[in-house]
Amino acid sequence: MLEFERDPWRVESLRVTRVTRETEDTFTIELDAKPRAGFVFQPGQFNMLYAFGVGESAISIAGSADEPERLVHTVRAVGAVTNALAKAKQGERIGVRGPFGHGFPIAEARGKDLLLIAGGIGLAPLRPVILYAIQHRPEFRSVTLIYGARSPKDLLYPRELLSWASRLRLETTVDRAEDDWFGHTGVVTKFIEGALQNPESTVAMMCGPEVMMRFAARELTTLGVPEKSIFVSTERNMKCGVGLCGHCQLGPFLLCRDGPTFSYDRIGPLLSIREL
Amino acid sequence: MSEDISAELVLPRERCGELLELVVKKGYRLIGPKLEQGAIVFGPLRGVDDLPEGWTDEQSPGRYRAVRRSDASLFGYAAGPRSLRRFFQLPDVELVVLRRGQDGPRLDYGSGDTRPIALIGARGCDLRALAIQDQVLARGAYPDPRYVARRANTLVIAVQCTEPSGSCFCTSMGAGPRAELGFDLALTEVVDAERHHFVVEVGSERGRELVAELALALAAPRLSSEARERVAGAAARMGRRFEEAAVHDALLANLEHPEWDRLGERCLSCTNCTLVCPTCFCTTSEDRIDLTGDVVERHVRHDSCFSEEFSHLHGGSARASIRSRYRQWLTHKFATWYDQFGSSGCVGCGRCITSCPVGIDVTQEISVIGGEPCKLNP
Repeated sequence: MLEFERDPWRVESLRVTRVTRETEDTFTIELDAKPRAGFVFQPGQFNMLYAFGVGESAISIAGSADEPERLVHTVRAVGAVTNALAKAKQGERIGVRGPFGHGFPIAEARGKDLLLIAGGIGLAPLRPVILYAIQHRPEFRSVTLIYGARSPKDLLYPRELLSWASRLRLETTVDRAEDDWFGHTGVVTKFIEGALQNPESTVAMMCGPEVMMRFAARELTTLGVPEKSIFVSTERNMKCGVGLCGHCQLGPFLLCRDGPTFSYDRIGPLLSIREL
Repeated sequence: MSEDISAELVLPRERCGELLELVVKKGYRLIGPKLEQGAIVFGPLRGVDDLPEGWTDEQSPGRYRAVRRSDASLFGYAAGPRSLRRFFQLPDVELVVLRRGQDGPRLDYGSGDTRPIALIGARGCDLRALAIQDQVLARGAYPDPRYVARRANTLVIAVQCTEPSGSCFCTSMGAGPRAELGFDLALTEVVDAERHHFVVEVGSERGRELVAELALALAAPRLSSEARERVAGAAARMGRRFEEAAVHDALLANLEHPEWDRLGERCLSCTNCTLVCPTCFCTTSEDRIDLTGDVVERHVRHDSCFSEEFSHLHGGSARASIRSRYRQWLTHKFATWYDQFGSSGCVGCGRCITSCPVGIDVTQEISVIGGEPCKLNP
């Protein structure tokens, strides 16, 4: 009959094992992926998460690639689908398709300085990279994370941040501080120069608002990091996740198929064209 | 094979019905041209009597009229407003039905009607469009199995185009008027006061079996060359021409050209061009819930990059202005399609020009935005 075995629209119904509130509008869902035999993913890849009866949303995988059977996503409730996902309770089921897209090229950073720059919820797609770097720390000469959020209460994974601080170099900054804040204030770009040791052998991976990534990339290249060594994770409306629906086009690219991670020499010029 | 004139056969007009009946007998659904609501469009055919005998069309930017011909041609018209897209990538597909259950919803996947289709009267431009859609929907890392199933075993009885419209530019896109590939049989209609014949080219083993069963006679060399002249005449009558090889670079070098602003003012964002385009493939998915809330149908349906929500992301649309949406459509068809899928996304059928309510002519716009390398009728 029909070749529906590899139907990219086929949804796997997975059980929610834990829901953790991160911030006012952001939460982390863990799914039991054991029923999906052989599920593996690369840090930076995404799944289509399906709230039954509402719709799908493309969400980066935020868990450890060494532990793929615990499928973790951090979601910001901003639309119909993500608000429905936010209501999911332990034991309920969520539909999953994926993993799709190309992850961050971690191999490129072996033996080099790995610099991670995250803004807001952009920390979630980088979390698998961070967990990998901590687990496989000797593979890298140095590991630095610069993380910016609007305010201290908008920081994701606050407890984990504390434990990461002892295993990698961590600069946390917020736009607006309060009295009990002991970290930095200001935009992430302020901390790039201080974090760079060997610009020409640094690999940077970024995720955050496009404006943040543009300014951070400009700072990095000004300081001597090659554009080819800067990787960003991009975001557009996605309906299928596999290059069939046309929604996530950005010039010559279908972000789901060709990305969502790109080196800056390929994607940078496109990000500066308004409404492309 | 198409160069081998001696292989061509002749099908008299009065035996056309026999050919279609034979095709139906072999288990195919007939999809071909017919007159419907004042336009010649592709649709399901019952038989030869549904063909638009004696009709043609007049087309120009923003205008389409089906009009009577002075002869009894069956295929004497140009591309109509309904392309072949909808027969392979359905306008609305039910993906899955979900029923509320004890342990999460039960999911039932449908497959739809996938009896093979016989295309009657597909033109060179129509066949090129199918090849382009195949590349997008069937040749990537994740083929759409519903499309692949519907495309499987498609029988193609093409008709060589002898009647370009005022909107056509297939010669610029290398897509016609002659269909060179992708058919089982290709007919060229030769009609005048004394005769009404079809010269038949055989393009496949399946096509060879069909003509063998009909025991068609060989076409006289003079009839064959007359048929060829008619197609060549169509190429010569194409109203507009430009250097397609220059368009990719010229458009992408001019993404901030002031003409985009003027287009943003003229374009109504009505989505007509994307509805009639034979290569447009964009879709969206949606859930439809019954009144009880216990049954959900998940559908995939055609979508258009001209809608504001097409590029919606939290915080708003990535392409909020009509200017940017028009730029996306035109540059995708004529430039970035090459980067994404290795060919142009345009076949030069002119449907978008005819169907634009404000008469935007893509060839004109390319010549303005692309400048000298893209000028019309060099």
